[in-house]
Amino acid sequence: MGEVIVITSGKGGVGKTTTSANLGAALAAQGRSVVLVDADIGLRNLDVVMGLENRIVYDLVDVVEGYARVRQALIRDKRFENLCLLPAAQTKDKTAVSPDQMRALCHELREEFDFVLVDSPAGIEQGFRNAIAGAEQALVVATPEVSSVRDADRIIGLLEAERMPPPRLIINRMRASMVRRGDMMDISDIIDILAIELIGVVPEDEAIVVSTNRGEPAALLPSSRAGAAYRDIARRLRGESVPIAASAAQEGSLFGRLRRLLGAR
Amino acid sequence: MMELINRLLGRQPSPGSKDVARERLRLVLVQDRASIAPSLWGALKEDLLAVIRRYLEVDEDAVDVQLEREGEAMALVANIPVRRFRRAAGDNPE
Repeated sequence: MGEVIVITSGKGGVGKTTTSANLGAALAAQGRSVVLVDADIGLRNLDVVMGLENRIVYDLVDVVEGYARVRQALIRDKRFENLCLLPAAQTKDKTAVSPDQMRALCHELREEFDFVLVDSPAGIEQGFRNAIAGAEQALVVATPEVSSVRDADRIIGLLEAERMPPPRLIINRMRASMVRRGDMMDISDIIDILAIELIGVVPEDEAIVVSTNRGEPAALLPSSRAGAAYRDIARRLRGESVPIAASAAQEGSLFGRLRRLLGAR
Repeated sequence: MMELINRLLGRQPSPGSKDVARERLRLVLVQDRASIAPSLWGALKEDLLAVIRRYLEVDEDAVDVQLEREGEAMALVANIPVRRFRRAAGDNPE
């Protein structure tokens, strides 16, 4: 019996879809069977991020409405045969699915996969309610900005009200040089404010843009720092204890490396 | 440019905007959390009154409790009209 995990954030544009794609790819590369469910109905995107947009025949709404069976709608990944995508419908809207239908769907998927990752739409309305309905755990993605952290706090409150276990936090797009300058909130600032468990910190990385352009998740690129962070989060999801490098906020900049080289502090 | 030189020399950078961000967030979240949890708010009011009732007779219908922002801090401001003092703590109203 697999785990159903919803990836959510409240605010749009903080990296939910990128996170879903990368965690899915990383878990699959680590040998787990994974299905990615795009719950952002009407604004589907997980398919393009995964590079699977040309293979879609049926979608999530076709499945809940009974036009297609789950097995027919699942798209197998090009790289891993233990990774599948259930795409969102593009022509319907969020009201095309109910929380009960999502619950039933997730229940069916978890019979077959180790991990069911649900990519939630932005917002706190029905699309969000649908996305969390079938999930037993949640990951909240936030960037180190006031608007994103504020929305994350709201989402954490809503998940609590739904009696979900406390979600875990992914801090995305951390910029080491700005943290060092004192112009970006650091890990401990954000954890202090949100008071939830941290499961990973993903640095800002141009490789994400490039890999999204190509439809190849950065988690599969050995050289990508964001990809490495996603691989670590995947291992933590599997229950491994992987330390979150304190250096996550320190490494990377030219100055940082220069200073270390010179032995300055 | 000065900043660059400072950083090259490894000097402490001047305080950046993150402290402002953290402070603003802290205050706005107090307000957010208070406004989205009306049931919690009602419970707080009830508990407050339960304590005050032991010492004072107050006009419970006119009680007004709210969060107010006072510069850098949030304050819990309660306006509780007092009718009279009890003779001893815990006295019954009659």
